Amino acid sequence: MSSWDRFLETFFNAKVMAKYLPDIAHGTLVTVELAALVIVSGLVSGLALALLRSLGFRPFNLLIVFVVDLFRALPPLVIIVFIYFGLPAVEIAPSGFVSTWLSLALVLMAFSEEIFWAGITSIAKGQWEAARSTGLSYGQTLMQVILPQALRLTIPPLTNRTIAITKGTALGTVVAVSEILGMASSAVSNSYNPSPLILGAGAYLILFFPMVVFGRWLETTMAWKH
Amino acid sequence: MLQTFFNLEIITAAWPIILAGLGNTLLLSLVVVPLGLLGGLGLAMLASVRKPWVRWPLMAWVDFFRAFPPLVLLILLFAGLPFAGLELGGFACVCIAFFLNTGAYYGEILRAGIDSVSAGQSEAARSTGLGRVQTMLYVVLPQAVRNVLPDLLSNTLEVVKLTSLGSVVAMPELLFQARQAQSLTYNPTPIVLAAAVYFIMLWPLVRLLSRLENRALARRG
Amino acid sequence: MPARPIVEARGIHKHFGALHVLKGVDLILAERELVFVIGPSGSGKSTLLRCLNRLEEPSSGSVIVDGVDLLDPRTDINHARQRIGMVFQSFNLYPHMTALGNVTLALRKVAGKSRSEADALGHAALARVGLGDRAGHRPGQLSGGQQQRVAIARAIALEPRVMLFDEPTSALDPELVGSVLGVMRDLRESGMTMVVVSHEMGFARNAADRVVFMDRGAIVEEGTPAAIFETPAQERTRAFIGQIQRH
Repeated sequence: MSSWDRFLETFFNAKVMAKYLPDIAHGTLVTVELAALVIVSGLVSGLALALLRSLGFRPFNLLIVFVVDLFRALPPLVIIVFIYFGLPAVEIAPSGFVSTWLSLALVLMAFSEEIFWAGITSIAKGQWEAARSTGLSYGQTLMQVILPQALRLTIPPLTNRTIAITKGTALGTVVAVSEILGMASSAVSNSYNPSPLILGAGAYLILFFPMVVFGRWLETTMAWKH
Repeated sequence: MLQTFFNLEIITAAWPIILAGLGNTLLLSLVVVPLGLLGGLGLAMLASVRKPWVRWPLMAWVDFFRAFPPLVLLILLFAGLPFAGLELGGFACVCIAFFLNTGAYYGEILRAGIDSVSAGQSEAARSTGLGRVQTMLYVVLPQAVRNVLPDLLSNTLEVVKLTSLGSVVAMPELLFQARQAQSLTYNPTPIVLAAAVYFIMLWPLVRLLSRLENRALARRG
Repeated sequence: MPARPIVEARGIHKHFGALHVLKGVDLILAERELVFVIGPSGSGKSTLLRCLNRLEEPSSGSVIVDGVDLLDPRTDINHARQRIGMVFQSFNLYPHMTALGNVTLALRKVAGKSRSEADALGHAALARVGLGDRAGHRPGQLSGGQQQRVAIARAIALEPRVMLFDEPTSALDPELVGSVLGVMRDLRESGMTMVVVSHEMGFARNAADRVVFMDRGAIVEEGTPAAIFETPAQERTRAFIGQIQRH
């Protein structure tokens, strides 16, 4: 057997891949589930915090800034480990799935709050004044005038950041979440063959590569509007 | 609760291990950040050759490594390479994985920076006789880096946080040491301690970035 | 005029894709000549100028400046470009360097001068354009007219044999134009060979030896300023001059 054939036999072994394909597929579903939960809860809570901050209650804002800074400074893995291994000491025992979800959602919340906030504050004060002077309420101004403009500015950095954080679902392996990497790793140990890992890597690429390309497209289309 | 998460005895006992972990995290960062920057610079230089048959494969490469979770890359190298007869230690795997991953991110940032410098700058430089490399080195790059400094700093922050992944391949950095201490003492205080160390170390950079990013976005708005 | 011409551009064609921008243009300049190139936008005059230091590569034709064939692949274009100075419409000063830094960069990196030599030459060039006291200023701290004069200093510091001006005053506020034209007049008086693409008719009338009118990629007519401005032979030339003078 030539060394190329041996390489294929080892890393792209069709038999092994076929055997563990259902596991990887299951893992993919878990990853997608986790990712979707993280994105939705992270972005919604981030936007909510940014809107709260725009109300301008000083003590509230200081708290928000502290929480945001905290989750921007801590590595996601540290948060996962703390929640999964640390909280049981006080009788709270979240599953690996919940730990990963919470951690990534908190991190996305922090980063997206900053981005939303920067977007909202960068809309010139004149916009607020014009809208309010025509009788629009605070909420109406926010929804009809400010947010649409802020969203245009925030979408490029937001997409990038969201993708980067969502890739962290792979960290769930460390706390026994049966997502792609977890399933692939156990398949590798069971079969003494690395092909499942390659299969898993392919699954990740299928999930995330389109997102990255989409993000790139978004950046270029948004850029034209300037 | 204090006894559980802020146990003074355990803090004093675990402190030396945590400190050692911090040292390794810093060492790792000092190796990995320049590696990533160099890789990124190389990619950005290649991208400045404005031929489409160079830019497209380059963009594919960058997007590939932006889509690939770094942990998966690390595990692939660590658990997969031995099957090809290559037994690279945790440190080597981390270096390679980070070089590929962060190199792509830094490359993207630097490429955008170089693109942001107007063509007139390099035309003026070339018209005075400066060569391609000289123009890049003395005229374009200084302006490019200045233009994307917030993004470069932000990515560097991410890289330092990413070193915590080393714990998965038994690199004795901060998180690994904390987990060791935690399993030895059956108490999560070491993890809280490690988290505090990360926070204290990185919070100034987070604050600085907040201010820079706000200013940059305001200018664009 | 027995001397070899400083600039010999012959048969210059330039295509941008399907667009035929220069259709066989010839431009010969003797030493000390000041040639003014005028024409409507899109006529190819800027492209022609940029061919003279190979910032644009002609699709065909030859460009020989000071005896050096610029289009020969064996020519060291970086070395040759020291002898050809260029001034741009948008100045293109390096914002991260002082005025002196802008002027001395090529002196140090291309001409190989030491820092002290370069600084001395740089100060001299800046003094020549009337900005000796602004050497330590950054472009952002200078007015448009001052920036353009620094750009001129940057080019003349290398002691070029010919200076190319691409609409040097078009981006300036009217009250700043005079300072730049003054420097260009001084250069002319000191014997510099110059090719100027511009709309400044007054300057052309006083300083130009020859005016070249271009339209749609070809030279329509050329002659002395008096001939072109007062008694143009071609209809298109007359139409263009009429348009310009109506401003």
